[in-house]
Amino acid sequence: MSELSVKNLHVFRGERHLLRGLGFEVPAGCCLQVVGANGTGKTTLLRVLAGLLEPESLELTFRGQRIPPRDPDYHANLSYLGHDPALKSDFTSAENVSFNVGLRRRVASEDVQSALIRVGAAKFSDRPVRALSAGQRRRVALASLWLTGASLWLLDEPATNLDVAGQGLVASLIQEHLADGGLVMAATHQDLGLPPNQCATLEIGARGVSA
Amino acid sequence: MNWTWFHRLGSPPHIYRIAGTLTPWFAWPAGLLIAAALYGGLVLAPPDYQQGEGFRILYVHAPSAWLAVMIYGVMASAAAVGLIWRMKVAHAVAASCAGVGAWFTAVSLLTGMLWGKPMWGTYWVWDPRLTAQLILLFLYLGYMGLRAGIDDLGRADKASAVLAIVGVVNIPIIRYSVEWWNSIHQAPSVMKMDRPSMPFDMLAPLLMMLLGFTLYFAAVMLVRLRAEILRRERTASWIREVLR
Amino acid sequence: MTAIRTSTIAAAWLVLERDLRLAVRRPAQLIQPLVFFAVVTLLFPLGYTPELGKLRAIAPGVLWVAALLASMLALESLFREDAADGTLEQFVVSGQPLVGLMAAKTLAHWLLTGLPLTLMAPLLGIALGVPVVAMPGILVALMLGTITLSLIGAVGAGLTLGVRRGGVLLSLLTLPLAVPVLIFGARATELAILGESQIGPLYLLSALAVLGITLAPLAAAAAVRIGLE
Repeated sequence: MSELSVKNLHVFRGERHLLRGLGFEVPAGCCLQVVGANGTGKTTLLRVLAGLLEPESLELTFRGQRIPPRDPDYHANLSYLGHDPALKSDFTSAENVSFNVGLRRRVASEDVQSALIRVGAAKFSDRPVRALSAGQRRRVALASLWLTGASLWLLDEPATNLDVAGQGLVASLIQEHLADGGLVMAATHQDLGLPPNQCATLEIGARGVSA
Repeated sequence: MNWTWFHRLGSPPHIYRIAGTLTPWFAWPAGLLIAAALYGGLVLAPPDYQQGEGFRILYVHAPSAWLAVMIYGVMASAAAVGLIWRMKVAHAVAASCAGVGAWFTAVSLLTGMLWGKPMWGTYWVWDPRLTAQLILLFLYLGYMGLRAGIDDLGRADKASAVLAIVGVVNIPIIRYSVEWWNSIHQAPSVMKMDRPSMPFDMLAPLLMMLLGFTLYFAAVMLVRLRAEILRRERTASWIREVLR
Repeated sequence: MTAIRTSTIAAAWLVLERDLRLAVRRPAQLIQPLVFFAVVTLLFPLGYTPELGKLRAIAPGVLWVAALLASMLALESLFREDAADGTLEQFVVSGQPLVGLMAAKTLAHWLLTGLPLTLMAPLLGIALGVPVVAMPGILVALMLGTITLSLIGAVGAGLTLGVRRGGVLLSLLTLPLAVPVLIFGARATELAILGESQIGPLYLLSALAVLGITLAPLAAAAAVRIGLE
């Protein structure tokens, strides 16, 4: 089954040697929770794995194959949720989800609706995103994430701006994804309520390889 | 810090040392050649039968114009190496080229204008070579502007490298289009030195000057490269040993 | 979930369609470059002379410089919003070739600025004393030229992604590269006004467009990747 392994990851940001020889493995059906103080490189780590940032060196193995982080097939298997939810304020929630997912796979409008229902965004699915609150936008972004069907989720602070119910939604989406055999890497300090055999913690910062 | 993996190709301390060793090997011949060529060009060479003494500014103008174009080529090649093989020293070379190239472009424009005054009776004529040179100056300024505009050094290196490559593809097209434009509008063009037989005592100083200027560029580029490496590596431990 | 991956063509089409739909919902952004084009062109009779005979002589240059500046003006927004709201990041991680998506965005930009500018040029040409028989020739020249302008502009817009207040720098980067388009385009327009054959400059304009279509999306994609780092 799917498995992600990272070895010998070095990243410089400006003159700072931010990530020094980081290495870890994520088995299928597991979540790796990335923790660390601000500025230790949590976002950087996720952006490198998403192929957005070029590392100094990285040995990335996905499903048993050494691949570059910009491999299109790898990208097709991965979904990245960053700080900015990639929503157009002039479009409705449904339009946004159907574009963001449609870029990757064919999607019917019923699927979009059911995804919006799943994340509790059905009420405002036909409202332009301009009129939504930050938390509501985050829910729409989660709908895209859920609908892509990618097996590797890279989540950067997925519960930002969400209320208690929303944080519960993030945890349940992750649990569901893991139960389907997916992989999750999440930079969050939130308790995801996962059993210990499904969750590991990677602490980066001081001299961190603890997974 | 472990450099073996960081800069697999061309490690900065290594290049820094080599550049230091090579500089005098370019600087001295450059100085001697330029001095000899100046004597040959300004004293020994006879005045031109058409242009009189005024033609002598050629000895500065032509080498500058040649360097202006050549340096852009060197800069773009270094940028391409840096982009393709992710070699940081190559980006430093490109960065040290830009300023020198822009200066030689400006010098070639200025000397072209000074040459134009006795020839055309005015400092500026839309001569195709001068026009192309002016556009080249804007290309250099754009490159330097982009470099200065991006805070992150790694991104500035890569973005300016893409621009340099785009520029180098465009320079021949721009030159051709300007020649074409000129051929339609029939502007005067006096700066044609491609006369079949330039007398040897005029030509020899010119060739010496071309070589001298090129070597001078190499020397200046190496000095600037060392400064650029020092600036980039200012937090590295080897700097302290080198500067002791 | 059985997922059928979107083909590259379909993804590019989605991007194109999305940009067009976005533009329709915000028509002001669409109209501004056109108004700019008109205002700049109409400044010349006021600043130079109202004599149509004299204006006709400078009409090619005026039309092309104004079109060049207007198309540049619209470029700044080509990637800015997509970069700010995270859309470009999603493009990169979508598994689709970024080159194709960039080509689609450039095509959208041309459809939204280059084409309307071209269609508007005859109106402004009349104000500059251009005879009506010259209009088809001017339309063809501008159509070919603005394609290349959009392509060059996309590279410039990608390169200035990481630059704060990159508007002026964007012009400094792209205008020198646009010189050949200006030269060939203005010449083609001049020949159209004189009623002579435009075939030479039109060939050259087409050659530039073909070169641009092959290389510019590659450069734009590289620039965008770098800009996002």
